[in-house]
Amino acid sequence: MSKPIVATTSLAGCFGCHMSLLDIDERILELFDLVEFNKSPIDDIKTFTKQCDIGIIEGGCCNSENIHVLKEFRKNCKILISVGECAIMGGLPAMRNNNASITECLEEAYLNCVSVQANEEKIIPNDEELPMILEKVYPCHEIVKIDYFLPGCAPRADLIWNALVALVTGNEMDLPYEVVKFD
Amino acid sequence: MSKILITINGKEYSAEAGKMVLEVAKEVGIYIPTLCHYEGIKAQGSCRICTCLIDGRKMTACTTPASHRMVVETNTEELEKIRATIVELLFAEGNHFCPACERSGNCELQALAYRYKMMVPQFPYNFPSRDLDATNPKIMIDHNRCILCKRCIRRKKEKDNPSWFVFKGRGHKTQINIDHELIDKEFDDKLAQEAMDTCPVGAIIRKEKGFDVPIGSRKYDKDPIGSDIKKQGVIL
Repeated sequence: MSKPIVATTSLAGCFGCHMSLLDIDERILELFDLVEFNKSPIDDIKTFTKQCDIGIIEGGCCNSENIHVLKEFRKNCKILISVGECAIMGGLPAMRNNNASITECLEEAYLNCVSVQANEEKIIPNDEELPMILEKVYPCHEIVKIDYFLPGCAPRADLIWNALVALVTGNEMDLPYEVVKFD
Repeated sequence: MSKILITINGKEYSAEAGKMVLEVAKEVGIYIPTLCHYEGIKAQGSCRICTCLIDGRKMTACTTPASHRMVVETNTEELEKIRATIVELLFAEGNHFCPACERSGNCELQALAYRYKMMVPQFPYNFPSRDLDATNPKIMIDHNRCILCKRCIRRKKEKDNPSWFVFKGRGHKTQINIDHELIDKEFDDKLAQEAMDTCPVGAIIRKEKGFDVPIGSRKYDKDPIGSDIKKQGVIL
């Protein structure tokens, strides 16, 4: 039997969850024995080259490109896992959902913020090439169906490892109390 | 003091008459989850987390006095499901950004979510528009995290009037606000800590202090909420 294929991506996240995946330390060698990686920042494959079994999503959706990538993942992966608080509930980027409109956010970032110094023409980037920023930040499961959720900021390396190994080997997930945390 | 007999989870216990079911259960080492209840202040039974099957009906354990020959079930599958749903509703209703909260690891709402193994609420997030009041030098209140349990108001009112905190608005627009005049007059670090400890979540935060306990040694990092309630009662 060929090895299960894993794809990973970071949407509106900070790559902390990917760092946490690397925190499995020497078990990464075991991981490469267990699975094959496809589209992922880990092996730098940019586009899907085949159908994958497991898609690991870090980060929520804050712009049109995030939505596009997430839908691509749903199309190309049998199982999707939301990893980390941002993918599950929007996380820190979703703090703008609270009070600020997108106009206020952009004006604060490019015009009004105390650290803005060199923007004399008062330009807010709006090139066609740039993805459109969404009015709100969305958790991944509000855009596509997500099969599993691993909370944490970042999720403990043991949590990701235990879940991934269980999924790949077909065993029941062993998620001890100490590793399932929201921070 | 008159004694009564009460059956909890199939076992018979003797208890003092007049105590609430919650207290009786705690005395015999049975944990019933609570959120709006705070040791030492009169219970109000608003969060419904402590809902138990009492003589066949779903009642809040914190406001139901134990009576003779009462039969109580504290942890049936249905009750645990109801409690988990309440926790999920609270998470979806407010803006609970755990990674950015000073109370994370010591938060009762979060600890209950861990207890019920909540990975994600089954409800869509509400993301309500709420602000915070950080004008006081000693204390701040973040309405995003408030679950309106009223513990902060009730506690102070019962001990000595008036309260440092007040209700404003009605229904889903209700907010806990700081009584600035009163707090300016009498507040110090000790009272600020007291106010913060009364809050089950991170809505009331003492200023200039936070994140001082490392991850791994906070209250609910290793032991689930309720594991400190040890068995000490007498089985008849």
